[in-house]
Amino acid sequence: MNTELLGVIFTYLLTLAIAIVLGKHIARVFKGEKNWLDFMSPVERFIFRFSGIDTKREMNWKQHLYALLTINSIWLIYAFVCLISQAHLPLNPDGNPNQTPDLAFNTAISFLTNTNMQDYSGESLATYFTQHFVFMFLHFASAATGIAALLVVFRALKDKVTDKLGNFWDYFVKSITRILLPISFVIAVILAFNGMPTSYKGKDTVIGMQGDTVHVSRGPVAAMVAIKHLGTNGGGWFGANSAHPLENPNYLTNTTELVAQLIIPIALVFALGFYLNKKKFSYVIYGVMTVGTLLFLLPTIAAEVQGNPAIAKLGVSQTTGAMEGKEVRFGPLNTAYWCIMTTVTSTGSTNSMHDSAMPISGAMMMMGMMVNAFYGGCGVGFLNFYIFIIIAVFISGLMVGRTPEFFGRKIEAREMKIASLIALLHPFIILVGTALSSYVLVHFPNANWSVKPSAWLNNPGYHGFSEMLYQYSSAAANNGSGFAGLTANNLFWNISTGIVMILGRFLPIIGPVAIAGILANKKFVPESAGTLKSDTSTFGIMIYAVIIIIAALAFFPALALGPIAEHFSLK
Amino acid sequence: MKSKQNTLFQGDQVKEALKHAFVKLDPRVLVRNPVMFTVEIGTVVMLIVTIFSFTNNSQGSFGYNFTIFLVLLLTVLFANFAEAIAEARGKAQAESLRKTREETPARLLVDGKESSVMSSSLRKGDIFLCEAGDTIPTDGEIIEGIATIDESAITGESAPVIREAGGDKSSVTGGTKVLSDRIKVMVTTQPGESFLDKMIALVEGASRQKTPNEIALTILLAGFTLIFVIVCVTLKPFGDYANTPITIAAFISLFVCLIPTTIGGLLSAIGIAGMDRALRANVITKSGKAVETAGDLDTLLLDKTGTITIGNRKATHFWPVDGVKENEFIKACVLSSLADETPEGKSIVELAEHGIGKLTVKVPDGATFIKFTAETRSSGLDTPDGLRVRKGAFDAIRNMVLKAGNPFPDSVETRVKTVASNGGTPLVVSQNEKVLGVIELQDIIKTGIYERFERLRKMGVKTVMVTGDNPLTAKFIADKAGVDDFIAEAKPEDKMNYIKKEQQGGKLVAMMGDGTNDAPALAQADVGVAMNSGTQAAKEAGNMVDLDNDPTKLIEIVEIGKQLLMTRGTLTTFSIANDVAKYFAIVPALFMVSIPSLKALNIMDLHSPQSAILSAVIFNAIIIPLLIPLALRGVEYKPIGASALLRRNLLIYGFGGILVPFIGIKLIDLLVALFI
Repeated sequence: MNTELLGVIFTYLLTLAIAIVLGKHIARVFKGEKNWLDFMSPVERFIFRFSGIDTKREMNWKQHLYALLTINSIWLIYAFVCLISQAHLPLNPDGNPNQTPDLAFNTAISFLTNTNMQDYSGESLATYFTQHFVFMFLHFASAATGIAALLVVFRALKDKVTDKLGNFWDYFVKSITRILLPISFVIAVILAFNGMPTSYKGKDTVIGMQGDTVHVSRGPVAAMVAIKHLGTNGGGWFGANSAHPLENPNYLTNTTELVAQLIIPIALVFALGFYLNKKKFSYVIYGVMTVGTLLFLLPTIAAEVQGNPAIAKLGVSQTTGAMEGKEVRFGPLNTAYWCIMTTVTSTGSTNSMHDSAMPISGAMMMMGMMVNAFYGGCGVGFLNFYIFIIIAVFISGLMVGRTPEFFGRKIEAREMKIASLIALLHPFIILVGTALSSYVLVHFPNANWSVKPSAWLNNPGYHGFSEMLYQYSSAAANNGSGFAGLTANNLFWNISTGIVMILGRFLPIIGPVAIAGILANKKFVPESAGTLKSDTSTFGIMIYAVIIIIAALAFFPALALGPIAEHFSLK
Repeated sequence: MKSKQNTLFQGDQVKEALKHAFVKLDPRVLVRNPVMFTVEIGTVVMLIVTIFSFTNNSQGSFGYNFTIFLVLLLTVLFANFAEAIAEARGKAQAESLRKTREETPARLLVDGKESSVMSSSLRKGDIFLCEAGDTIPTDGEIIEGIATIDESAITGESAPVIREAGGDKSSVTGGTKVLSDRIKVMVTTQPGESFLDKMIALVEGASRQKTPNEIALTILLAGFTLIFVIVCVTLKPFGDYANTPITIAAFISLFVCLIPTTIGGLLSAIGIAGMDRALRANVITKSGKAVETAGDLDTLLLDKTGTITIGNRKATHFWPVDGVKENEFIKACVLSSLADETPEGKSIVELAEHGIGKLTVKVPDGATFIKFTAETRSSGLDTPDGLRVRKGAFDAIRNMVLKAGNPFPDSVETRVKTVASNGGTPLVVSQNEKVLGVIELQDIIKTGIYERFERLRKMGVKTVMVTGDNPLTAKFIADKAGVDDFIAEAKPEDKMNYIKKEQQGGKLVAMMGDGTNDAPALAQADVGVAMNSGTQAAKEAGNMVDLDNDPTKLIEIVEIGKQLLMTRGTLTTFSIANDVAKYFAIVPALFMVSIPSLKALNIMDLHSPQSAILSAVIFNAIIIPLLIPLALRGVEYKPIGASALLRRNLLIYGFGGILVPFIGIKLIDLLVALFI
């Protein structure tokens, strides 16, 4: 247990160290300062010339959003078309079939939105072509989209009174060439040397000890797993994700994947400090995110390490903790750490069955996704956090007797309208989705669908409710992990979570970018002694309180009926 | 008027407010307040459920539903009452000001003929006459004559003031009394359009507009309300899934408890109370927005005279030349000033008689006084026995002395320079064209002003002194008084330019002024406070009028503005923090019966599901009237820096807001349990 704990602490510290260095690097890249990846600039120049992009042409926030949304729409159509015709496309050594339109709808959105909710299994319903040119491509593209959107906000915070917020394509391309691609390369090499398959040969055949033939799916896995974590995507090669021995062979790959999925969200927070020369502000944000994450992590670790009281009642000793659904090579503590890190960020890759986790752990994982701003997704994590900052600034500004202002710009009705709507959106799509599925389940259990609603849930009662709540939380937070107990590949779930993912992705990008753009164009108010400083621990506490109060108030009744009821009934 | 009302609730005001609490139930009025409007809808639904439950028990007993209905109705009434009592107080304050200008006879002048009419029939442009003993019938501007006027009815200040035609002191206010002389006054406002009338209309709500800040807060509160609409609506299918029937009463109670009714109910009362507090400080505001802006001010422009220093300079020192006896010198000083009626001259005599000299000098028989002229720039007296005493500016006396062929000592010149660099004004005294010494006049800085500026600095407000003095003197006084910046040798357009410069830097600027030539700057400033004694143009240009003509009033106004915002912020925090405890009361109550394990969430150990729900809604209702005094008085502002202030308020209203309802709901539950 002690070594388990040390392993986790070491993993986190390693993550932090890399993230700080990376944060500095990101700031240099986007400030246009010299950095060690300058050798990529011919590649970038070629891309820009080839695409007819003039990176000197600065955009305002509306043009940024226009560029972002158009290119994303094109990718959506592209992904959808590939998936429904993958059987006829090259690189399909296993002869896998086309995806059904509803599954393709869900999958295309899922990868476009950085969610990677896999209602399919990679071994049987994807081809090497779609894994490569749809999934991996979108792994890069969706992560870079998030970073590019975040940079618009960074830029808006930096300059005084401007509507020129840089060039979207510049941000986008450099996010890939200077951040995602080089680091992915390093990670992929580490993973490949630790036994992760990197092959185009299709299924391998193994004859087991008892003489039965086993067909083992393979593929160029290592490359995909690298960006799957680095871009906080989470969409794995195999259906079992990082619990699959070929997608996560040993402790070292496990650590690598853990580090990879956390470095960019943390690095971006530090990048903000370096970019704006406001390091203290980024420390406050980092502090709030870290404390928030820790308060989800500690109960999870406690619950998992203690083991299941229901099993204890049977007189079974659980010296190794709650091991149901976990990989022996990782153990409960490391798995608990993974569970929380993958849900506070928007990664959503899994190295265990979340369905089997203790109810408290389930609640904590859901809270991670319901908040969706502690570290959060690639770029979008801070965008969500930004909304909470705006609300916190507003309330605390009033509390000190001054019209609220953030970085010298007054926050007024228009910004509050956008911030309130975005803060409202997340509970709305999660709760309405869960309510809709509950309603269908209760009132039409035997509807004549391919999968009857009564057959959706593996478990009855509270746990079944948790499965639905988790699924929509995961979709709304663009997380993509599943509680697994749910039979999700059918029309109802594919379509409903698809819609939730689209709303949960793009509105929380549009809102913060719009607020930042509007604020950047406002009169700049210099700081005075009466101005509330945003880089103090007091203000950090305020942000934390706003985040927790909004999440707790919106989700408490739902959580009470799911994991909380289950928790108390276990005792 | 100065007497502040110490009691928050006065009988007649409460009676009127109670009546209005019911009138305001009109949904067309209430819809302006989205939070309370949704509570009203909930109340109506509960009324229908109550009627239904008379014959059918599926939604709970009649008594239970009826009680919930009553409590919800009370919640709305309490909120309406809060607004109504704030209005009543503001109105009462304004009415008492208006009473002073009730019907009085006016001596109307038409083509030189005088006729007596009632004050209410005076129209803008009419000219009336006032003599000693008359009450001025309405606001106007003196077009002819000079008079001493007793303004105590408006300002509470008993010393009479002088008002005269032309210049910046030509305004008279209705209700004040002429003590001496005779003036002709032109009416400047139509009946019903004076500032007071406008203010009353603002307070009554007819012309009250939401301030930008209030709008933003309303949006946030509407956002919270919507979240809880979603929470409550989706709870129905969740409950169905968990086989838990939830009654309509429980749904509506949960909803009403969760939405921020506390701040929603008190929001407009807070805004009105802000204007009312300004009025209590004898400041008439022309809009609620001006009060709010005052809290954000970055820069205050203050006139030196009257604000930072007491009226005029005073003599503080006698500096005789070497070889001249001090007594002799002082005697000469007094002689030179006996005929001097200026405050400076009087202060010299005073200093000699009561201060340093303790000597009394009588006017010598047959002396002739020499008046100050712009040419000689000196004054004094000549006696029949050939004594010529003069007092004047340094260069005037020097010229005179040198002309007479006498030496002008270097020590005098040095002294003059020292005095000037210390912020003083030197006057040189000569006798028979020989220099005797230097009198030092100093500006007397008001006591406590340094601390007030210090307080402003801690609030983040920069103070700027405006003075006609030369830069050297101005700098000295600025340093001594502790202002951050000064404008020396100021012309009216300097103020304007300074304001514009500050505003370009994104700052909000306030100034106070009275003259017509202040009007453009008053209009340009974000908060322009015109003195009531000032000209009509100045009063029209500013967005506040100070009835006391007290230049330090700006400081109070800033605090009133800050209090207004703080009260909103802290009560919002309190309101939302309350929800935590309410959840722990209602959520277990909803599910305890069908999911016994959730009893663990009943951490307050409330008696029964019904008593828990009732206690939560009752707490939610009575917290509104309990907080009315705070809403009306405002949260106290302490200039301890923004972060410290946030910590303090977060602790009191955030942490307190979580804790208080746990205690309150538990206590109410103990009571309710007795009846269930």
